[in-house]
Amino acid sequence: MLDCTPKEIVERSGGVINPAKACQPLGAMYAALGIHSCLPHSHGSQGCCSYHRSHLTRHFREPVMATTSSFTEGASVFGGGSNLRTAIKNVFAIYNPDVMAVHTTCLSETIGDDIPTIIKSAEIPAGKVVIYAHTPSYQGSHVTGFCNMVKAMIAQLSRADTNEKEEQVNIIPGFVDPGDMREIKRLTGKMGIKFIIFPDTAGVMDSPMTGRFHMYPAGGALVDDIREAGNSAMTVALGYYASGSPAHLLERNCRVPAITLKTPIGIKATDDFLMRLRGKFAREIPYELEEERGQLVDVMTDTHYHFYGKKVALFGDPDILIGLTEFLLSLGMRPVHVLTGTPSGTPGGPKGVFEREINEMLAVAGVESRVKAAGDLFELHQWIKNEPVDLLMGNTYGKYIARAEDIPFVRVGFPILDRSAHSYLPIVGYRGALRLVEMISNALLDRQDRDAADEDLELIM
Amino acid sequence: MRQIAIYGKGGIGKSTTTQNTVAALTEMGKKVLVVGCDPKADSTRLLLHGLNQKTVLDTLRDEGEDIDLEYIMRDGYGGTKCVESGGPEPGVGCAGRGIITSINMLESLGAYTPDLDYVFYDVLGDVVCGGFAMPIREGKAREIYIVASGEMMALYAANNISKGVMKFADSGGVRLGGIICNSRNVDNEYKLLEAFAEELGSRLIYFVPRDNVVQRAEINKKTVVEFDPMAPQADEYRNLARNIDGNDMFVVPRPMTQERLEELLMTFGMLDSL
Repeated sequence: MLDCTPKEIVERSGGVINPAKACQPLGAMYAALGIHSCLPHSHGSQGCCSYHRSHLTRHFREPVMATTSSFTEGASVFGGGSNLRTAIKNVFAIYNPDVMAVHTTCLSETIGDDIPTIIKSAEIPAGKVVIYAHTPSYQGSHVTGFCNMVKAMIAQLSRADTNEKEEQVNIIPGFVDPGDMREIKRLTGKMGIKFIIFPDTAGVMDSPMTGRFHMYPAGGALVDDIREAGNSAMTVALGYYASGSPAHLLERNCRVPAITLKTPIGIKATDDFLMRLRGKFAREIPYELEEERGQLVDVMTDTHYHFYGKKVALFGDPDILIGLTEFLLSLGMRPVHVLTGTPSGTPGGPKGVFEREINEMLAVAGVESRVKAAGDLFELHQWIKNEPVDLLMGNTYGKYIARAEDIPFVRVGFPILDRSAHSYLPIVGYRGALRLVEMISNALLDRQDRDAADEDLELIM
Repeated sequence: MRQIAIYGKGGIGKSTTTQNTVAALTEMGKKVLVVGCDPKADSTRLLLHGLNQKTVLDTLRDEGEDIDLEYIMRDGYGGTKCVESGGPEPGVGCAGRGIITSINMLESLGAYTPDLDYVFYDVLGDVVCGGFAMPIREGKAREIYIVASGEMMALYAANNISKGVMKFADSGGVRLGGIICNSRNVDNEYKLLEAFAEELGSRLIYFVPRDNVVQRAEINKKTVVEFDPMAPQADEYRNLARNIDGNDMFVVPRPMTQERLEELLMTFGMLDSL
């Protein structure tokens, strides 16, 4: 498996081998599921919608409801206008969601459908909402699509209708699992601060088995809350790529001051998140959170020799990697290869932030490393062949490299298609960091046990 | 069967010239199919005496993909077969995709029968995207004629189209058969067009003079050949048809640089005024 990856790296002018990203509508669909009673709608051919639904289902092991404009040859010639108008009529007549969130596809973008005009000319029942985002897959990645759908929520729903801002914070959690969104809500709640979080897939993509099918599960951000976000005192965007530009859009449109922080993975980024909330809303950090932090520090010091100096290769989405790199450095590890498939500069998105953020942290820690945006897994594999690592971290697609090179592998990020329960549990916050510590040390120590001769097999490690 | 595509700047008279040439070819006993590749669907109006043709794409939209050839192919003047691709209304959809769809449809329906002597593709304006290059892709039309006049923009467009032809010359085997001048009575037009065609490595296959009878025939929804067979202009189209029928000079064009094109215009366009 992957036996033919050559060690020698040759500059490639084009082509991607084993991509480390997916397409925009996938992220847009996931973001839309973070609105309560929202039906995502894929404006394109049926295959696009099927792929995105099934890919999400494989990661979350939950049913994903979404509709499609079902483009045919005719729609691609005459435009998708009549398909979308019919879809809007049918969706509200048959599935009756509160919100329909339309995202486009490559085909629709290339023929240039005028989505806002089509939606304006459609029959939308009173009290129902249709929002739309442009998500051509030839730009950016699934993270860009997520970001574009969050921008659509803000541009088309959020309103500033009070002069005085309310004592509440907006939180844009970024492209993370529902378990992470729950943890972010728990931390903010413990601080005693009123908050609005969107998109929020907790209770949607991790909904409980009740024995009854709910087309629209209980979770998700309410449309009224997203409207009300225009009146908040501050927006905290977690993750530069998924959440940064939506927060700035809200600042421009509704004068809500925005700050963009790292996805709170690890001790430093979680500290930063809590301290920013504390500073703005003059709250004390509750003992409970201090206790959690103290426990994390305790485990980190107890077991630092498991991690110290170990070389790690990691890949995945840029926001996750920025937080993860920082935490691995806190553990004394050396992230020598860091690669994302998401391009570092997409129209309207951050430019070069991925490389800059990671290189700055590595420079402070004195770690020499390869860092690349818009890379692929073939290249990551070549890097590993040239500089072997003790651990690989990334989504399921990394398992082939892990097997080929016989290195321990920790699954983190999106998508994880071959393990379960991950989407219910956080990697953010102090609890999430503790979970990461457990996952990493299990992987490293299992390997040490496996490789130990009988006389060297340690009982206590 | 010779498959011929007619290109040229918008409004230069491609459809008029094509239909008159086709009418003259049928007089010579040739069997001709005309495929209009313009969303406006007016490429067969003079042969069919009006816009009374249901387009391939409208039929596809209304009837689905299960359609018969007779729905979309009409007999026009002198037994010519006429098809209009059609396309979306202005500003929506993708006209280029429409041409690809409709030409594929014609092929699968068996429109290209062996008894045809000629197939003419009347393509709109410039080769703006892949769809409009469909008639010259994959070895369909192997001959191209570009309609031009002595006006700067017409020559500019013709030069641009030559670039497209050059691109497909290797893969599709398409060749430039010549330049047709549809005269606008510009200074020194004949000399200019002759020089332009030569510079491209091709030739001026015919110079069609300007005559108001064309306009009168168009108002009557007829080609000149049918409307006034004795008119001198009808003979001009007959000569053009004969030249095309006997043409044996097919070349890969050598498009010129903008500077060279402007030089040509200076040399020929300014002579009279000096």
